[in-house]
Amino acid sequence: MKKRMRMLASLALAGAMVLSMTACSGSSKSQDANATDSGTKKEDVKEGKVLNIWCWNDEFQSRFNDYYPEVKEVAEDKSTTTLNDGTTVKWTINPNENNNYQDKLDTALQAQATASDDEKIDIFLIEADYALKYVDANANVAEPLSDLGITDDDLADQYQYTKDIVTDANGAQRGTSWQATPGLFAYRRSIAKDVLGTDDPEKVQEKLKDWDSFNKVAAEASKKGYKMLSGYDDSYRTFSNNVSAKWVDGTTVKVDPNLMTWVEQTKDFTDKGYNNKTSLWDDSWNADQGAEGKVFGFFYSTWGINFTLVDNAGKDGFGDWAVCEGPQPYFWGGTWICAAQGNDNPKTIKDVMLKLTCDKDIEQKITKDLQDYTNTVSGMQEIANDPKFGSKFLGGQNHISLFSEVAPQIDMSKTSPYDQGCNEAFQNAFKDYFDGNTDIDTSKKNFETAIMEKYPELTAVEWP
Amino acid sequence: MNKKKGKSISYAKWGYVFIFPFFLVFAVFQLYPLITTIYYSFFEYFRSGLTFIGPKYIGLTNYIELFKADLPKYMGNTMIMWIAGFIPQIVISLILAAWFTDTRLKIKGKQFFKVVIYMPNLIMASAFAMLIFALFSDGGPINGILMNLGIIRHGQPIRFLASVVGTRSLVALMNFMMWFGNTTIMLMAAVMGIDPALFEAAELDGCNHKQIFFRITLPLIRPLLIYTLITSMIGGLQMFDVPQILTNGKGSPNRTSTTMIMYLNNHLFSKNYGMAGAVSVFLFILCAIFCIIVYYSFNSETDESITGKRKKHKKGARK
Repeated sequence: MKKRMRMLASLALAGAMVLSMTACSGSSKSQDANATDSGTKKEDVKEGKVLNIWCWNDEFQSRFNDYYPEVKEVAEDKSTTTLNDGTTVKWTINPNENNNYQDKLDTALQAQATASDDEKIDIFLIEADYALKYVDANANVAEPLSDLGITDDDLADQYQYTKDIVTDANGAQRGTSWQATPGLFAYRRSIAKDVLGTDDPEKVQEKLKDWDSFNKVAAEASKKGYKMLSGYDDSYRTFSNNVSAKWVDGTTVKVDPNLMTWVEQTKDFTDKGYNNKTSLWDDSWNADQGAEGKVFGFFYSTWGINFTLVDNAGKDGFGDWAVCEGPQPYFWGGTWICAAQGNDNPKTIKDVMLKLTCDKDIEQKITKDLQDYTNTVSGMQEIANDPKFGSKFLGGQNHISLFSEVAPQIDMSKTSPYDQGCNEAFQNAFKDYFDGNTDIDTSKKNFETAIMEKYPELTAVEWP
Repeated sequence: MNKKKGKSISYAKWGYVFIFPFFLVFAVFQLYPLITTIYYSFFEYFRSGLTFIGPKYIGLTNYIELFKADLPKYMGNTMIMWIAGFIPQIVISLILAAWFTDTRLKIKGKQFFKVVIYMPNLIMASAFAMLIFALFSDGGPINGILMNLGIIRHGQPIRFLASVVGTRSLVALMNFMMWFGNTTIMLMAAVMGIDPALFEAAELDGCNHKQIFFRITLPLIRPLLIYTLITSMIGGLQMFDVPQILTNGKGSPNRTSTTMIMYLNNHLFSKNYGMAGAVSVFLFILCAIFCIIVYYSFNSETDESITGKRKKHKKGARK
């Protein structure tokens, strides 16, 4: 009897679940319909009414809303944007971490052929760490820019590396970016003054010009009660982006010697108390950039300064920061806009790409407003040489001129489609080692386990 | 005659019609996935980039790899965290149940306390885990309080989530807090089901509280204790949301808080259906064994309590 009751109860529950699920999807569909109906469509019958954009944070969303000239209005919760021609832009944002965005995107792209027009992905964004997976000619999920009618001339003023990385084996470019992402070392002026006696970017750079000098400054900062870096992963990109080979060769993961240098250095920093034992993006890491922070500096690329650091530093930190090249040139991240194969808004997509990534005026405006480093060689050159330009946040420093020196050195030829998973698994596995929970061999083994869970096709890991 | 027959047939028909939705839902959402899960556990079948590899029949390879790899470790993690949560849970629940049902104690506001102790179970496990994560993070309020009280030094927080004991204890603590209310209420129902005459008789015979609890209450609620144990164990085997959210899906440190379902989730997340299937089948068998145990312990409920009592009597007599 009891069993029967339970069965009935589970039946009722399951029934309720199914009902509510269908009810939900039904209502959301009708909302879409309302949203599109309310917009004025007309003129072009072929263009879809909904432009679906997939991304992993609100960076591109806010660029789009603020700088795309066709934007008419933004919904209160920011979930949709209406364009002048009545197209509704629908934002789908999935967090990036742990391949989450990639997995969701993969599933959606596989359903692309059978999805209804308004559900089809039109634009998706990709990051340097996994760009190659999506611009692959065989995968063919991103439409070549030439098919959209974007010519080489349109893209002529962009940094070459931003084009190379999204170009497939046949030479077709399948994405475009509004930013270049050279990396710099952002430091706190007040702490630099206390430790080094100067906050002048050139003199500070002289003190931090290579890793030996950097370590020396770390020791001095530590004596005065400061931490050189916030966490374990802060310097990771300066090592991982200066590797000699790709992460994965065939089905073998090859760990670069440079990454083991990072492990060594970070362990050393941790044992000596030069860092604050945080992890990227966690609360303590963010707090270290705030007014109370006692951390000398952070490795940041262009987007990090305007997108993360400014927010974290807050009002009190305004003007207390500066940037220098740091011990080693590197890059970090970067976002590319791709047109999904099978989209139904080719004209709108073309216009979005041209306006946001090829229009020098708009890009210069973004740089001037937000300090982002945009993808226009001549435009950045002009700003770099403009004596009047300076970032108030960085105490009047013209950081664009620094970035423009680093940007041409970026080499993305060592990226592989596996980078995100490998980088995250590597950082996670060695966090235990830095924390003292494991010895180095256990961490190596944990990395192997994690990476094969993430990518079942990988068969072996080679250590230097 | 014929009429009667027709009627009875149509009744039966309606019976089937009414239970049909259940079987339909069961078949679509449970039976079919179950069969495909078992089926694919014998296959190499995963997504690499944007293409699917397989399915290719590889026999028991997935299972062999499963046991060669770390499954025993994750099983151990799961059991440790479950036991660490279950022992305080059952002890506190028993004490509370005994207090709340004791007619001589006359606790006021029983209803209020019952609601309060049940409260944590109403919070979503993930929200609860987020809360604990924020509370116990390096720069969180717990460390702040400890620093202000002078128990630990400034700038040297206790890094709960970076230590094995810390993380496992927090998981156990959350499981304990979420479930002890539920167990208390169940045990209270069990205690209240005992014939009050037994308690009265015991008191007349001069039993003290301790004796009543250990000699009368405990043996008589044994079937329910077994039920609690088994359901909690099945729940423990399926432990997922709490450690997943608390460690941000990493099962850190050193994978010591990775439970079996988290391991399953790792495979499932990278769309490795073959391995995920093998893990699921293993878990299914394990849970099935526990279910069988609980089924038989229920069926022999009445016999057991009687024999249990008899044994007690014999023991008492011998003493």
